[in-house]
Formats: sequence, C-alpha cells, structure tokens
Amino acid sequence: MHRTRVRIVEDALDANNTIARANREDFDRAAVRVVNLMSAPGAGKTTLLEAALRDLGPVRAGVLEGDVQGSLDADRIAHLHIPVVQLNTGSGFGGECHLDANMVRSALPALPLAQLDLLIVENVGNLVCPAEFRIGEDARVMISSVTEGEDKPLKYPLMFRACELVVINKIDLLAHLDFDLDLFLHHLDGVHPGVASMLLSAKTGEGVEEFSAWLRELAARETLAA
Amino acid sequence: MHELSIATAIVDTASRHAQGRQVCVVSVRVGALRQVSAASLRFCFEVVARDSDCAHARLELTEVALRLRCRDCGEEWQSEEPEFRCPRCVPGSVDVLGGEELEVDYIEVEEESECIAPG
Repeated sequence: MHRTRVRIVEDALDANNTIARANREDFDRAAVRVVNLMSAPGAGKTTLLEAALRDLGPVRAGVLEGDVQGSLDADRIAHLHIPVVQLNTGSGFGGECHLDANMVRSALPALPLAQLDLLIVENVGNLVCPAEFRIGEDARVMISSVTEGEDKPLKYPLMFRACELVVINKIDLLAHLDFDLDLFLHHLDGVHPGVASMLLSAKTGEGVEEFSAWLRELAARETLAA
Repeated sequence: MHELSIATAIVDTASRHAQGRQVCVVSVRVGALRQVSAASLRFCFEVVARDSDCAHARLELTEVALRLRCRDCGEEWQSEEPEFRCPRCVPGSVDVLGGEELEVDYIEVEEESECIAPG
C-alpha cells in the first residue's frame, strides 16, 4: 500500500450549484423569474410579502415557503389566493437551517410554473447559511429590520454581499430605537459598495410600493440564458 | 449550522474523486468570508464521513485570508475586517482576490502497490 495525492481544486458546493443550474433552466423554460428572499428570523419576510403581493398588477406570482417546521407562513400567503407551496427542511439533523438547490428541486412538481411570471422563495430565517446555497434564482434579496441593529452588515458580510437588494424594514419603529440609520448604510456600503437598498415598513405600508415595483420589474426582466 | 451541509458536500466531493480508494487526508481551503467554524466543521465531517470512503480521513483546513485589490488604483491589501473600500481612494470598487474559497484542494488516498504497474 502507498499513499497518492489527488489534486481536486473543486468548489465543495459544486454539486449544489449544478442542481441550481438545472432549476434555473426549468425556470427559464417556463419564463418564471425567481427571487430568493433571505433574512434573520422575524425580520418581516412574510409580512412584507403579504403587503407587496397585493400590488403586483398583472404579474402572476407564486410563493415557495421554506421553514424548518410547520406551515404558518404558507397559510398566511394562501389567504392572498396565490399559489403557495410549503417546504419543510425538518428532515435533516434537527432541521436544515437553509434551503438548498435540491430541496427547491423537490418542490418544483408542486408548483404551477407554467401559470407564473414570478416565484418568490422565502428562505429559512438565518443570516449565514442561506447565503451559501444557490437555488437557481435570478435575484437574491435580503431584509434587514432596524430592530436588528446597525452592526449586522459587519457581522454577516457573506449575506450582505450575496444579495443585489437590501430591504430595510420596520422603519415605523425608528423613532423608538437607538438605531443609527446613517451608520447602518455606511457599514452596508463598506461591505457591499453600491448595493441597492430601500427603506420601508411592511406594517404601515410606507415604501412597500417601491418594493412591489422592483418585483414587477424583475418579473419583466429578460432571461440571460440562451 | 451550515457546517453540516458543507461537511456533507466535502465528503461527497472527496469520495467521488477517491473512486473507491480509502481516503487518508482531505485538504480544504476555506476563505475567511465563508464564516465557517472549524471546530463545528471537523465535528460534522467526522459524523458524515462515518459510512464513506473518508471514514478514516483527516480533515486539513487551510484558512485563506481576505485579500482585496482596488479596481481604480491597483492597491492590494489583506483585510481583517469586512471592509470593501480602498483605503487610498474611497469609494473605489474592489475585487476579492482571496477569502471566498470553499474548495476541496486535494485528497490523499491509499493505493494497492500492485495496481501501479509502470508502462
């Protein structure tokens, strides 16, 4: 017996990325644009969707809800009479803390892709893991609420760098908090220079129209794939 | 706990390249930006590897520091902080030269000596 070194030099997440590309091809074929919506637990993902999805005009949207357990979020979205599929990650080691490409792939047969223009995937609430796993999305959006503090971009740079839009939620609470918005935006710009951001309150509705408009524009985006 | 998924991905990648041979070492380069806990990754690797060709493998982790280059002035520097602004010409845009890796670099496998017939 002797020992041989085998050079590999391969991204450990290549397998996930391959499945993500297969998902993307399916989405492109169905002309569905996909948003991966990420945030910490309690940042207001579902509340924002409830507010924004009422205002999408002719865009036909569907939602894929990722949670470790339960269907509370999917039940809330179902009230809007749009297609929603719940994906539970609880079969893992106490429950996976993120969605990966394969989990999303397993849910595709349950989604009426042919009848959708836009699919919003609400990831599991977590500021680290979801940023690692592509799912075949067109855009990654994260929500950061002002109750989380202004230091979060510095603590979770992977997440803040992974997204193309940062939604700053719960601005109705600014008057009651010590949150320094300018400092947050300074940290955000340091971690991800030039990233788009918008301020809103999913609860009062202030600024939600801007997010709805962003979703409508995304739904109209031409696919980059051949 | 993304370390569990990452450990699974590492074991899968290493086992695929081992092609049935027993793996002694798995060497992985981990960028500082990936926010991977080494202790947690080692623990998960041990658990996940149990029923694979990597069951007896040692996991070698090499941390890759965050290295940046300014697109405007060409300045290169290493950063301990997640600060992606050029210290010389703020607000320049920067390229990440290192620190985003999550890469299985190499594995070492046991070979049957008689399998290595020259020619």
